[in-house]
Amino acid sequence: MPADLAAGLALVALIAYAVLAGADFGGGIWDALARAPRRDEQRDAIAHAMGPVWEANHVWLIFVVVLLFSCFPAAYAALSIALFAPFHLVLLGIILRGAAFVFRAYSPQSIRRPGRPGRAARRWGAVFGAASVITPVLLGMCLGAVSAGNLRVAGGQVEIEGVAPWLRPLSLAMGGFALAVCAYLAAVYLANETAGALREDFRRRALAAGTAVVAMSALMLPLLAVEAPHLWHGLLSARAAPVLAVGVAAALLSGWALWRRRPRLARAATIAQTACLLAGWGIAQHPFIIYPDVTVHGAAAHEATLRFVLWSTPFGMALLLPALWWLFRVFKGPVTG
Amino acid sequence: MAMETLAAARAQMEVSLAFHMVFAALGIGMPALMAASEALWLRTGRAEYRDLARKWAKATALTFAIGAVSGTALSFELGLLWPRFMAMAGGIVGPAFALEGYAFFLEAIFLGLYLYGWDRLSPRAHLWTGVGVGVSGMISGILVVAANAWMQEPAGARFVAGQAVDVHALAPFLSPAWPQMALHSTLSCYIATGFAAAGVYALGMLRGRRDAYHRAGLTLALALGTAAALLQPLSGDISAKHIARSQPAKLAAAEAHFETQRGAPIIVGGVPDAEARTVRGAIRIPRLLSFLATERFDGEVKGLNDFPREQWPNVLVTHTAFDVMVGSAFAMIGLGIWFWFVRWRKCEPGRWLLRALVAGSPLGIVALEAGWIVTEVGRQPWIVRGVMLTRDGVTPVGGVAATFFGFSLLYLVLGTALALLLRRLATGAPLAFATKPAADAEVAHAR
Repeated sequence: MPADLAAGLALVALIAYAVLAGADFGGGIWDALARAPRRDEQRDAIAHAMGPVWEANHVWLIFVVVLLFSCFPAAYAALSIALFAPFHLVLLGIILRGAAFVFRAYSPQSIRRPGRPGRAARRWGAVFGAASVITPVLLGMCLGAVSAGNLRVAGGQVEIEGVAPWLRPLSLAMGGFALAVCAYLAAVYLANETAGALREDFRRRALAAGTAVVAMSALMLPLLAVEAPHLWHGLLSARAAPVLAVGVAAALLSGWALWRRRPRLARAATIAQTACLLAGWGIAQHPFIIYPDVTVHGAAAHEATLRFVLWSTPFGMALLLPALWWLFRVFKGPVTG
Repeated sequence: MAMETLAAARAQMEVSLAFHMVFAALGIGMPALMAASEALWLRTGRAEYRDLARKWAKATALTFAIGAVSGTALSFELGLLWPRFMAMAGGIVGPAFALEGYAFFLEAIFLGLYLYGWDRLSPRAHLWTGVGVGVSGMISGILVVAANAWMQEPAGARFVAGQAVDVHALAPFLSPAWPQMALHSTLSCYIATGFAAAGVYALGMLRGRRDAYHRAGLTLALALGTAAALLQPLSGDISAKHIARSQPAKLAAAEAHFETQRGAPIIVGGVPDAEARTVRGAIRIPRLLSFLATERFDGEVKGLNDFPREQWPNVLVTHTAFDVMVGSAFAMIGLGIWFWFVRWRKCEPGRWLLRALVAGSPLGIVALEAGWIVTEVGRQPWIVRGVMLTRDGVTPVGGVAATFFGFSLLYLVLGTALALLLRRLATGAPLAFATKPAADAEVAHAR
């Protein structure tokens, strides 16, 4: 039971990371794809939206990692061995994205200067955009590898069947899906935080990204049935299906709200959609952390550690959530002036 | 093959930690300067304090971001490079990282509020977010050191056939090494930041900018640096006594002390030869090591000869790093005393003092890195002392050499870029008084 709760906690942290930092990655994607006539204004809006919050958003990933190695050390070890290459690439992306974002902001004639940014700022901007595209794809691929069943663990030894599990079609599709979701989240949020022509720019981008999300899901579903039947059945099971149904309804609602120019509703629905999709995946994946050999219970740490993590959570959150609420209220609250 | 992987994994971990540590230390020290300066501004209304707070806020933003992403890399690398160690110990050191996570989270939130909240928060609330950055940063450092302390001196668990049993939830905090390591490393962060910042303003003053802004910057930076540097020998003494009891092999390696003896001398400098078991060209101060380690001039100090040869740390590296750490520390104490003596005499800092401060500005970071080398190299060959050898914790995956070179290159590029940006930040005149966040204010004096 404590192990299941800890796994649930890790899933919640993962959802928070996806919903919050996913949008920051999406911001990088739209930064890379910013186009005239409002290219600088678009980049400006993205930098403005991300600036105060991106580091706090990023910490959710650290939470996921810490929960994983504290509560499921055996799974963490197996993942670290099996996904050695993609995890290193993810790190490369994370480091470059964060560094490039601040370096650009502090470069001579930074991006937020009216007119053309300086050469160093443009270079770091390019790095920021590229890293923002690559990282969510890789994270999606890793998630795919964990689900697909080609990553076997026997007696603490990790074996990989056939092609590297993160390079199989399902993983690639999940990478593309993750990219589309990040782009969608970011565009929906940005449409909320801008006005006038800029809002219309991001609304159009959101509609395009939403179409990509639908297309990637259509590609992913048959692959799921073929490559990961257990996950496919899990998703359709009585446990996961209601959550997914809510997720699909929220997705339709967000698309509709976007179409009808109701950005606040679109934002709420998009968050619900992303949360439900990941929750559905988590429920379908349960009780496995790495299908089919590593289960939540098999990989669980010592009881004392699990209890410590679970008991410390309400206290930690009692500190954290008011501070987070303050941060978002100051910078994401109703626009004044 | 396995040895190559071990060497590469150790090298990658070393590069990642060495890189992270500089920015983590500045990320703990800079907010303290920033908040202190803003508090002085609110009290005195003097513009130079506000300008310093804004400048230091930007330095904090840059160093914190790099510290955060390189710290994320480390949390992954613990597993990527040492999966077997993490499989065994992840659940034991986990609570330290979990609590550190909350502190770090608060730090990131407060920093966002501070950096972008200049004109959105009341001056008082804004100051408190700055204090929040400094305090949560310090606490997160103290908490994460517990994980390392546990690796130095495991506690709160029993080990049966390489498996931990009867694990206590607070195991990392039960390690007797934790309090003194936390104290020593926290002080070192303030020393490193204080002296690094002091060098910037000393250089400015050497170039003729003897204005209120530079004077205030120099004084504040040295107040922090000197206060911490004066406390550090005390903390070092506590550490030395503790290590003499708990990790005698590490102390022996740090002191290049081969023979177990009573009335042991302190060996300063020299080149230890582990094969011949002697030190060439060292200065010996009779009986001092015995006194420092045992509080008695004729106390017995264990030498390396009492340990099996394969359990020796690298004596040359540990001893040299130890001397560099202690030497830098005393040099900084001297610089601090010199500066405050001149100030007490109500004199202007002279050219020689300013030159010395510029030359001494990297010493805090040098001491920090050297001290970390003493701690970590001195623990070898153990990854968890007495429980697991480093070579038993390493990943079975091939190709670590490639990731080592890749990450070293990455850190080289980022370190260079960051140094250039910080230099540019440092040499700028006081900011024009824009009220917008960092980047906007930057615009005003970009040219």
